[in-house]
Amino acid sequence: MGLWRNLFAGLRGLFGKRQAEKELEDELRDFLEKSAAEKMRAGMSREQARRAARLEMGGVEAVKENVRSASWETHFETLWSDLRFGARLLRFNPIFAGAAILSLALGIGANTAIFQLLDAVRLRTLPVKNPQEIARVVFDRRGSRSGNFSTRYPDFTDAIWEQIRANQEGFSGVYAWAPVQFNVSPAGEVHNVQGLFVSGEFFETLGVEPALGRLLSAADDQPACASAGAVLSYSYWQQEYGGRRDVLDRKVAINRHPVPIIGVAPRDFYGVEVGRSFDVAVPVCAEPLINGENSQLKSRIGWWLSVMGRLKPGWTVERASAQLRAISQRIFEAAMPPEYNASNAKSLLAAKLIAIPGGSGASDLRESYAQPLWLLLALAGLVLLIASANLANLMLARASVREKEMAMRMAVGAGRGRLIRQLLVESLLLAVIGAGFGALLARNLSQVLVTSMSTEQAPLFVALHTDWRVLGFTSALAIFTCVLFGLAPALRATSVSPGLALKEGGRGTTQGRTRFGLRRILVVSQIALSLTLLVGALLFARSLKNLATLDPGFRRDGILVADIDFTARHLPTEARRAFSDELLRRVRGIAGVDAAATAAIVPLSGDGIGHDILAGASGEAPDDVPVAAFNYVSPGYFETLKTPFLVGHDFDEHDRTGAPNVSIVNQAFVEKFAQGKNPLDFKFRVRRLMKTSAPYQIIGVVKDTKYSDLRENREVIVYTPQAQNEEAANDALILLRSSAPLAGILSAVKSTANEADPDADITFYNLHRMIDDGLLRDRLMARLSGFFGVLAVLLAVIGLYGVISYMVARRRNEIGIRMSLGADRRSIIALVLCESVLLLSIGLGCGVALALAASRAATSLLFGLKPHDPATLAMATVILAAIALAASYIPASRASKLDPVVALRNE
Amino acid sequence: MTDTSATLVQGTLDMLILKTLALEPLHGWGISQRIQQLSRGVFEVNPGSLFPAFRRLERAGLLECEWQTSENNRRAKYYSLTKAGRQKLRSETKEWERQVAAIARILQTAS
Repeated sequence: MGLWRNLFAGLRGLFGKRQAEKELEDELRDFLEKSAAEKMRAGMSREQARRAARLEMGGVEAVKENVRSASWETHFETLWSDLRFGARLLRFNPIFAGAAILSLALGIGANTAIFQLLDAVRLRTLPVKNPQEIARVVFDRRGSRSGNFSTRYPDFTDAIWEQIRANQEGFSGVYAWAPVQFNVSPAGEVHNVQGLFVSGEFFETLGVEPALGRLLSAADDQPACASAGAVLSYSYWQQEYGGRRDVLDRKVAINRHPVPIIGVAPRDFYGVEVGRSFDVAVPVCAEPLINGENSQLKSRIGWWLSVMGRLKPGWTVERASAQLRAISQRIFEAAMPPEYNASNAKSLLAAKLIAIPGGSGASDLRESYAQPLWLLLALAGLVLLIASANLANLMLARASVREKEMAMRMAVGAGRGRLIRQLLVESLLLAVIGAGFGALLARNLSQVLVTSMSTEQAPLFVALHTDWRVLGFTSALAIFTCVLFGLAPALRATSVSPGLALKEGGRGTTQGRTRFGLRRILVVSQIALSLTLLVGALLFARSLKNLATLDPGFRRDGILVADIDFTARHLPTEARRAFSDELLRRVRGIAGVDAAATAAIVPLSGDGIGHDILAGASGEAPDDVPVAAFNYVSPGYFETLKTPFLVGHDFDEHDRTGAPNVSIVNQAFVEKFAQGKNPLDFKFRVRRLMKTSAPYQIIGVVKDTKYSDLRENREVIVYTPQAQNEEAANDALILLRSSAPLAGILSAVKSTANEADPDADITFYNLHRMIDDGLLRDRLMARLSGFFGVLAVLLAVIGLYGVISYMVARRRNEIGIRMSLGADRRSIIALVLCESVLLLSIGLGCGVALALAASRAATSLLFGLKPHDPATLAMATVILAAIALAASYIPASRASKLDPVVALRNE
Repeated sequence: MTDTSATLVQGTLDMLILKTLALEPLHGWGISQRIQQLSRGVFEVNPGSLFPAFRRLERAGLLECEWQTSENNRRAKYYSLTKAGRQKLRSETKEWERQVAAIARILQTAS
């Protein structure tokens, strides 16, 4: 009851302010009259009585004030008037306001942008029903499974998936899926879209409703695959088909097979992979149709599917995990590939299946980018701290200017708390405006970040929403920075004793020193923080340089890769090799092509082939067989890539099927298998699953090269002639080297290939660009940390400049006296620089300690240098010291040019 | 009333106001005079503490007010107790008596 009454009375007071004020005034006046009347009855004169009554009350305004503060609505009123006052102050100090809002907007904007990205990548859950019930089935550790791994998440074979589906108990529904690329171009061209193979239960288990038509169900995923249809994503439907409803009558050509479109997924559904989106989804049963000869479905060594599911009510992830563990061996026995040899089988049977939480989907993006993003957030946070320190310094300077105003107000009765509240409201206003702009900025910044993280091969798709978490983050930042840069100055400003401050000429001796002490501490911490950021920036820049200038063992520039797929010709195996050779011959004949060769693997593309190596020409396999990386190449491969031979020579046309097995190996192979001996005498056999080859002879040793990743350790690589392979692929992967511009060569290759096969699908890669894309993350870290480092140094130096200038202004009298007593320019400059050097040394000292501690977080991201690299630390220290000293020199030299007479007359 | 301990004085003042209004509704001056009378001059409440107390008690739902014509033919704000106010007065009085008895006991035994 009382609460409502209070509320209504308060609202009445807020909105009927004049009425309420008048009532109070009337009441008090009435009291005074009655009091005066009483005194007059006691014998005082009218004047005396009136005066006595007023004195007794103690001041009508003061009483009114006390009454007002007993009601809650006044707090709103004071807040409102504080805000208006603060806004007026900002309007009359536009430069200060502009600088403050700009630095806040940048700082808060950068932080929010990175947080938004982190939120989308790391923290958010899938846009499906009850994502906390979703779990993913995986192996409990990375075992040594053998076979063909063809997709981004090659967890299981189809046989294993079927077994899981049949034997699992903890899930109310499970599904399998695999992200792939589909060529949706009808013929001759290659137009790749993001494809998805899904099992029938996919959409139903996730609880997703169609936006148009229907979604795939279990009936669509039968072995016969009679009713196979395609589901489009909403964005693909809008993009490619203009959002027209007649899309349900059309078919989409997937790898030249027309598949009817049966529906469109809802707007915000992008699949179960964070950081990617799909365009077309088809059932798993359609895989043999689409992949043709390369179909993985029936192969028990084809690892390509990932499995997720929705837990039954009452089942936890741990319980489901335990059940999966228990049935693991049974599953693997049932799905055992016939091609496996004894040791393959043993390691498969030893593996265990478990369940892990899957509410945030699968994401290779998350794995590579989660740590860098957290690091970047920390860096951005430090920049915001430095900017806040600058703001605090600015506010402290203004606080000393407003000393008299504060003193006056306290002298007429304002409480200290009231003044502090008002000053904080001013800071809050700044912070809120800055945060508002920052939030707007963040939206663009995060989009820019996502774009810079995308490559053509792997386009990034991140659903950047400004959801409650992001807004909460921004608000928290705003309040935090407001307190950070507003509280200390507010406390300082109101700690004056009014008497002292109101006296004229109070230049503040002891008081000034303590206030100056706070500014010094701020500057020292700014220097320390910006040194840390600078060290970080230099570390990442050097790491990037190390990677970019790393010698991969082969030529990077001027190499074009053409993948000419002639599946449409339906050539039998024997004819394929001849056709490949023909294509290679033609490409070699193109003007401008210096050298060309074919290979099975393009180095640093991420693909790879691995087989067991059995030493010696005969003998049993030991228990632990070493594995080597393989590449099947044509003659001329090493010449094309400019990888030098150390011993021996290249393959030639005689090395074909029927001829003795020959191989070329790298230095690492020789060191591992044939130390001390002549490599040309070393024989070995290659075991692929069940089949062990005839002995191989080594005819050449080449320099070590990188195989699949620039950051890998030395790989043992074996090259064998493509002509000696039993199977032949339906495509020719041609690498060519040219000193002419690659664009021209590209079109020449295209026309040459089309002459030989008008229906061929040709995809081009620029090797240099491909390698650069692989360094995307490192480039991003270097660029952003560099940007933050520069910003931090700038802010810290501005802060230092401000403090030194203030110090000079404060000590003008002293400088004047010194000069008139005979000090020359140099000693004045030294005096000022001394202060600067003191601040710098303390700041740099703390900064080095902080940098050493903090840079450990970046260890895994750096290449070729340790986080405590002394050269980098020294470089950063020297750079910062030099810039800071240069900045301090300006006020120092200004001080030394002072006319002593003017300085002494200073007021 | 001089300011010794703010909370103690505030609570006591509230109780005094409630008590003076227990008999009949009064305006501000009337309450001030009545307190002075009833306490035989020991307590002289200054208006600076009185009016904020009125507002506080009003907001807490213990008092209600009405504008009426007073003795000198002017409009004055008359305060009266609500039901909650009466209850509060009863409970406060009981509590006060309890405390006073306890202090008296302590003082008796000490000397």
